[in-house]
Amino acid sequence: MLRVEQLDAHHGLLHAVRRVSLEVADGETLALVGANGAGKTTLLRTIAGGHRASQGRILFDGVDVSSLPAHRRVRLGITLVPEGRRLFPEMTVEENLLVAGRGNGEWNLGRVYDTFPMLRPLRKKRAATLSGGEQQATAIARALMTNPRLLLIDEASLGLAPIAVERVYESLEAVVGGGTTVVLVEQDLGRALAVSSRVACMLEGRIVLEGAAAEITREQVVEAYFGLKRRNGKAVQQ
Amino acid sequence: MIWVNQVVQGILLGGYYALLATGLSLLFGVMRIINLAHGDLAVVGLFLLWWLHDQGLSVPAALAVMLPAMALAGILLQRVLLERSLRSGVLVPLLTTFGLAIVMQNLLFEKFGADIRSVDIGTFAYNGWKITDEIYVGHLPVVTFCVAVVLLGALQLFLSRAPIGRSMRATAQDPDTAELVGVNARAVYLVAAAIAVATAGLAGAFLGMRTTFDAYVGPTQLIYAFEAVVIGGLGSLWGTLFGGIVIGVAQTVGAQIKPQYSILAGHLVFLAVLGWRLVNGAIAARGGFRAALGLET
Repeated sequence: MLRVEQLDAHHGLLHAVRRVSLEVADGETLALVGANGAGKTTLLRTIAGGHRASQGRILFDGVDVSSLPAHRRVRLGITLVPEGRRLFPEMTVEENLLVAGRGNGEWNLGRVYDTFPMLRPLRKKRAATLSGGEQQATAIARALMTNPRLLLIDEASLGLAPIAVERVYESLEAVVGGGTTVVLVEQDLGRALAVSSRVACMLEGRIVLEGAAAEITREQVVEAYFGLKRRNGKAVQQ
Repeated sequence: MIWVNQVVQGILLGGYYALLATGLSLLFGVMRIINLAHGDLAVVGLFLLWWLHDQGLSVPAALAVMLPAMALAGILLQRVLLERSLRSGVLVPLLTTFGLAIVMQNLLFEKFGADIRSVDIGTFAYNGWKITDEIYVGHLPVVTFCVAVVLLGALQLFLSRAPIGRSMRATAQDPDTAELVGVNARAVYLVAAAIAVATAGLAGAFLGMRTTFDAYVGPTQLIYAFEAVVIGGLGSLWGTLFGGIVIGVAQTVGAQIKPQYSILAGHLVFLAVLGWRLVNGAIAARGGFRAALGLET
């Protein structure tokens, strides 16, 4: 479904994403992990069209979308849940959802409220007045309203209370179970590995580890995460 | 009773100022652009209406031609000038629209000369209703006020209910995120510019019906519109009506005190509101009134 080829992205002079190649198959859930500043958010934003790629190609269903603006990529089926939720604060929950509504797919207000029951009583509340967990649920629900085929989620649990994380992930599992292809950036390794079928770990803009979630050990991910390598059975700094 | 009459006249006059300020408020609300050519765009619409009327079209027919033409001009303005200016930062559109205003004034002067004109609407311009022995309301001011209220109500409804209206509000709050949920921000800006310039043209039409005009009346209209927008709160549509009414009432009450005070009173009220806002802002920045006075440690 998604194929990223030799992708480069910069933030000014900072080379944030370096020669990244990646494939995501239909129905797969890929967890993208890595330390702060590893380039995960930039990679996701570049795939979604919120950040310009300096080099490389992004193919979606074989079509090169690298030069398309973000709203055209959304129409093709690529939607990002941005880091920090980025709701429209002066609009109600329902208005936030309706802005994204495309009206020609299986995700509509009814289904979204069924998947995120906590949002139903909040639908007339302004987004600015919501708690972190409610905002995150609204952000994911808003992205679903675009009827995405590929959902990119940036830091679903960042800054949330544990109970809120539980509720967001319960809903997220329902989304993943429904067959939506997901790329998930997550700091919480345990959660990332639990919901994903595949894992990719980024370090300093590069993918340094990639494989099936069931086959990769937590230790391997941690080593890749911190840029360690094994010497005589012990992990040491590279 | 004479004061009541002045307040009533001021409220009705406020309708015209609100109408004039609507486009300015919308463009600022959605795109964060202060369009210094707004008054002159109103005058361009007015000259177009006057010319069409002069060619034999009735005023409603001329309006029906002028308004879409102005909406189209708004789209062109956005595509050719504002879109490019916005890419270079917030100050560039100020300079661009300032330059555009001067160009439009001089083109109008070149084409129509220095003659003072007005749009002939017959007795509708001065007929009115008698409310009491001392209070009369003119047909034209009442219609202007009603058009302003209906336009603002329709725009408010459009922004809250119509999908493109919601997209406009979303884009106004966060254009990058709006794009990421499928909103074509560029198209939204085009629609906003079309509506803003068409409403400027509509306000221009009422200006030509209520008073005389020439090629250089735009900047004065811009000042009134700007004052109404600032008093009502930047980007707030109903606030714009309130701001227009405040300016209108200040002018008519000022005129009752002394005819020369009319315009001055409007400007003084604007300065007072602006001053109050600045003081309030400064107090809030220092942690509240008590803290600003040093009463809290």
